[in-house]
Amino acid sequence: MRWQREATGTRVRLRRLAATAILLITGCNRHQSALAPFGAEADDTLSLTIVLASGAAVIALGVVLLVWNASRAREHALSESGGLRLVLWAGAIFPTVVLTVLLLFALPAMRPLPESDADLRIQVEGEQFWWRVRYAPPGAAPLMAANEVRVPVGRTVVFELTATDVIHSFWIPGLAGKMDMIPGRTNQLVVRATKPGTFRGVCTEFCGLSHALMAFDVIAMEPAAFDAWLAEARRTERASSGRGAQAFDRRGCGACHAIAGTPHHAVIGPDLTHYSERLTLGAGILEPTVANTAAFIRDPSAFKPGARMPAYAAMPQAEAEAIARYLKGAP
Amino acid sequence: MKDERPRTKERVKVTLWTLIVPPTTWAAHFLFSYLWAAISCAKVGKFATFPTLFVVGTVIALIVIAASGWIAWRQSRVPGDAPPHQDSTDVDRLRFLAVSTMLLAGLSFVAVIYTALPVVFIGNCR
Ligand code: HEC
Ligand SMILES: [Cu+2]
Repeated sequence: MRWQREATGTRVRLRRLAATAILLITGCNRHQSALAPFGAEADDTLSLTIVLASGAAVIALGVVLLVWNASRAREHALSESGGLRLVLWAGAIFPTVVLTVLLLFALPAMRPLPESDADLRIQVEGEQFWWRVRYAPPGAAPLMAANEVRVPVGRTVVFELTATDVIHSFWIPGLAGKMDMIPGRTNQLVVRATKPGTFRGVCTEFCGLSHALMAFDVIAMEPAAFDAWLAEARRTERASSGRGAQAFDRRGCGACHAIAGTPHHAVIGPDLTHYSERLTLGAGILEPTVANTAAFIRDPSAFKPGARMPAYAAMPQAEAEAIARYLKGAP
Repeated sequence: MKDERPRTKERVKVTLWTLIVPPTTWAAHFLFSYLWAAISCAKVGKFATFPTLFVVGTVIALIVIAASGWIAWRQSRVPGDAPPHQDSTDVDRLRFLAVSTMLLAGLSFVAVIYTALPVVFIGNCR
C-alpha cells in the first residue's frame, strides 16, 4: 500500500542519514584533529577557522536574504542605478574591505614562532613507510628513535624535516600545520605544545602503496618528565644474549635495525632500542603486542603492502615470538 | 599668444593599450616580488626591516596603476548615456574602455597591496 511504501522510504532515508552522520562523526576525535588543538599554531588555526566559517555563514545568509528580497519585490520597485550601486558596494568595496581585514588578521598567525639555538631540535626523516627520529637537545648527546615523537609542553621545539626516498609530508593536526619532507632539503617547523597527552601524526603526501599506513604517535609531556625520559632513554642498553637476542642476531635483522647495547647499529630500518615503549607497531597501525609483533616480523607486507622489510615466512612461530618478546623488553 | 596645442589631459586617450597597463603592472609586480623574495632568501636568509628595493618597486607599481586609473576616470566622464556602453560609436567605445580600465586599475591596485603585505607581516624565509 502507498502509505506503507512511503513510510518504508522515510525509514530508509533516515537510516541513510544516520549512516552518513556516523561516518562523519567518526572523523571527530581528540587525538588526531585540528579541531582538538594541543599546540600554539593549531590554536591559532582553529580560531581562524571559526572566524572564517562564521563570517562565510553570515555572508551566505545575507546573499540569500538579498535574493529573496529581490525576487519578491514588486515590479519597478527596484531601480537600475540602485542595482549598480549595490554591485559597487556589496560586490566590490565590501569584499575588498573584508579580504583586507582577513589578510591583516591571518598574516600575523602565519608568522613562524620565534626560535633560538637553545631550543630542542628534533630531526625527522620520512621513509617508505616509517619515520626516523633524532632528538638533538642543545649541549647534550642526541637520541635515535623511530615512529614516535615526544615533545615537552610549553617549550619551543624545532622540527627539522627531510626525506630520503620520495616526498612525504609531516602533519600533527593538533599541534601545527603540515610541512613537506623533501629529499635533499631540510624544512623547519617550529612548534610549541600547550597541553600534555597522547596524539597522532600522519603522512599527508602520497608516497607509495602504504602511504595511508604511515602514521606516528605523538606524546606531549610535562617538561620535567620529558627531560627525565630523554636522559633515561639515552642510557638504555639492551642485552645481546638470550634466545630472542640470538635469533635476532642469527636472522640478520641487524643488517637493517639498530639496538643500543648490542653490536647492531644499522640505519636502514627503524631503531628498535625503545621498541618496548612504543604505543604502536609498524608506524602507527597495530597494537604492539607480542602476537602482532611476531606476525609482522614473519610477513610485514601482509600488514603494510610494499614495506621495505623482507618477509621471514620460513621462520618458526616460536622463534618469531621469542624475538618479539625480546624486542618487547624481555631479557 | 594662446598655446594652440591641446593640454596633456586632452591629448592622452584611453586605448586598448591603456587598458592593459594596470593588469600588466600587477603581473610585473607579482613576478618582481617572487624574484626579490627568492633572491633575498638565497643571499641573506631573511627580509630587511625596511626592504628599500621592494618598497620602491611596490610604490612605482602603485603609481603606474593609479595614473592609468586617473586617466581612465577623466575619460569616463565624457558625456553619454548610462552603461552598458555597447553601441559602436566613438563615445561609447571611449567610455567602455575608460570604465573597464578604471575597474582593472582598482583591482590591480588592491592586488599589488595584497601581494606586498606578506613581506611586511612575515619577514621570514621559512
Ligand atoms: C632489509 C632491511 C630489514 C631487515 C633485514 C629487517 N627489517 Fe625490520 N624493518 C625494516 C623496515 C624498512 C621497517 C619499517 C617498515 C614500515 O613500517 O614500513 C622495519 C620494521 C620492523 C619492525 C617494526 C618497527 C616499529 O617501530 O614498528 C620490527 C619490529 C622489525 N622490523 C623487526 C625485524 C626483525 C625481527 C628482523 C629480523 C628477523 C627484521 N626486522 C629484519 C627493515 C628491515
Ligand atoms: Cu609518506
